[in-house]
Amino acid sequence: MTDAALQVPVAPRVSPPTGNSKIEIPGTPKMEIKDLRFYYGDSLALKGISLPLADRKVTAFIGPSGCGKSTLLRVLNRMYDLYPRQRAEGQVMLDGENLLDPGQDLNLLRAKVGMVFQKPTPFPMTIFDNIAFGIQLYERVSRGELADRVEAALTKAALWGEVKDKLGANGLSLSGGQQQRLCIARTIAAKPEVVLLDEPCSALDPISTSKIEELIDELKAEYTIVIVTHNMQQAARVSDYTAFMYLGELIEFDVTDKIFTAPGDRRTQDYITGRFG
Amino acid sequence: MKSMALYGRRRRSSAITMGLSVGATAFGAFWLVVILATLLWNGVGGLSLSVFTSMTPPPGSAGGLANAIVGSVILTIMGVAIGTPVGILAGTYMAEYGRYSPLTPVIRFVNDILLSAPSIVVGLFIYEIVVVPMGHFSAWAGGIALAMLVIPVVVRTTEDMLLLVPNTLREATAALGAPRWRMIASVAYRAARSGIITGVLLAIARITGETAPLLFTALSNQFWSLNPNAPMANLPVTIFQFALSPYAEWQQLAWTGALIITFAVLTLNVVARFLSNIGTSK
Repeated sequence: MTDAALQVPVAPRVSPPTGNSKIEIPGTPKMEIKDLRFYYGDSLALKGISLPLADRKVTAFIGPSGCGKSTLLRVLNRMYDLYPRQRAEGQVMLDGENLLDPGQDLNLLRAKVGMVFQKPTPFPMTIFDNIAFGIQLYERVSRGELADRVEAALTKAALWGEVKDKLGANGLSLSGGQQQRLCIARTIAAKPEVVLLDEPCSALDPISTSKIEELIDELKAEYTIVIVTHNMQQAARVSDYTAFMYLGELIEFDVTDKIFTAPGDRRTQDYITGRFG
Repeated sequence: MKSMALYGRRRRSSAITMGLSVGATAFGAFWLVVILATLLWNGVGGLSLSVFTSMTPPPGSAGGLANAIVGSVILTIMGVAIGTPVGILAGTYMAEYGRYSPLTPVIRFVNDILLSAPSIVVGLFIYEIVVVPMGHFSAWAGGIALAMLVIPVVVRTTEDMLLLVPNTLREATAALGAPRWRMIASVAYRAARSGIITGVLLAIARITGETAPLLFTALSNQFWSLNPNAPMANLPVTIFQFALSPYAEWQQLAWTGALIITFAVLTLNVVARFLSNIGTSK
């Protein structure tokens, strides 16, 4: 760990240390992370992160491997709770409710905060059932309505045209890019409010990637989106706000244009210009 | 300068190791072929329709194995019907709910001991806890003894197959807000299905030929009986009894019965292998 990293204060950093890219998020943020610490066993992986996530905007988390961006994302739907010896301290507010509260119902929380993973994860069932599964978890819908909802979700995920004649085929028979769009369709079919994307394009070819980026752009009209990405061009293309993380700390958070044109911190600049990471 | 001596030595040791491996394989395969050939040679002669339709005969007269075959099928079904649900549920606990529990490695260890326990011990155990209190041998006791052999096999394969289901699939299900039981029932079981079925088939194959656990439990029966509270005829014990007898008809029926069991087990194994191939090739 470098000295420079150690000197970073852990206070909320909505405005970066140099102060020349101070931003205000317009409106009430959908989610607000306050002084979040995260532990894997005894090791501290997130060292006091504070950050707002704007409603119906795209926020990107960038940073070198191991900086804690995926960890942070997995706190937002408490995915870490599936594993032992992982715990979070601090607050993560979702519509004014702290989702780290012990009494929080995790199933209901995850129904509200959907997630798409790095590797496509179609369920071993038909394309139709993949989408229907999420819908039927919390809603009782008629057969006809279910078919409509499946079609709507696949259409929104730009996959309908490719699969409409083989809805009965196994989800695993699709190509990687199609599988990932199927997973996005599955997530949005369940009508979440926030969609978390954990490096959704890192296993995909450029054409599939650009399709998913277009999709993200369309989805932000309805959903609050948080995306973790290793690809800085992607962050610059799809996001409205960008958070740069390094060694478990939030170094800088700002409007994406500012981060990529006039970063307030030298480490941000070094990272986006490819000097490390 | 490269050392040709070193290279030569390695080539020689490679050739010796390979020779020993091939020899060991051939030795094993040879006896397997001899056993199967003997079985075919002696068993096929006795195969006829009456084997499947007539009852086990008294010494010195002709007959078949109908009651023993039907009894074996019933006992196997009882064993599987009792053992499979217990085994699958226990395996599910170990792989899903209790994956990080300190109890799980203990259960796994005990289960592995049970898996390799001599089946005669299981027979004696069931004799003590079922046959003695009931006061007589019965098909129930036989079925329970066979279930004790099914459980560890099914526990092991269920746990192993569920552990092969990637965690990303569990996370993806949880990320939709699905409760854990829903994830297990709709996603994990589905992904592990062919493996779990294979495990059950292998368990059936294992108990089909077991003699020791039935000797003290179901015993055997010269007559046609479907009463689960009474001793029931079954192939392994019948073969055991007939093969040791001095009567030629009985000895012939023992060979034929052994052939039937062997083919049943072989078929189950082939089906199990076929199913697990389907499971892995997708």
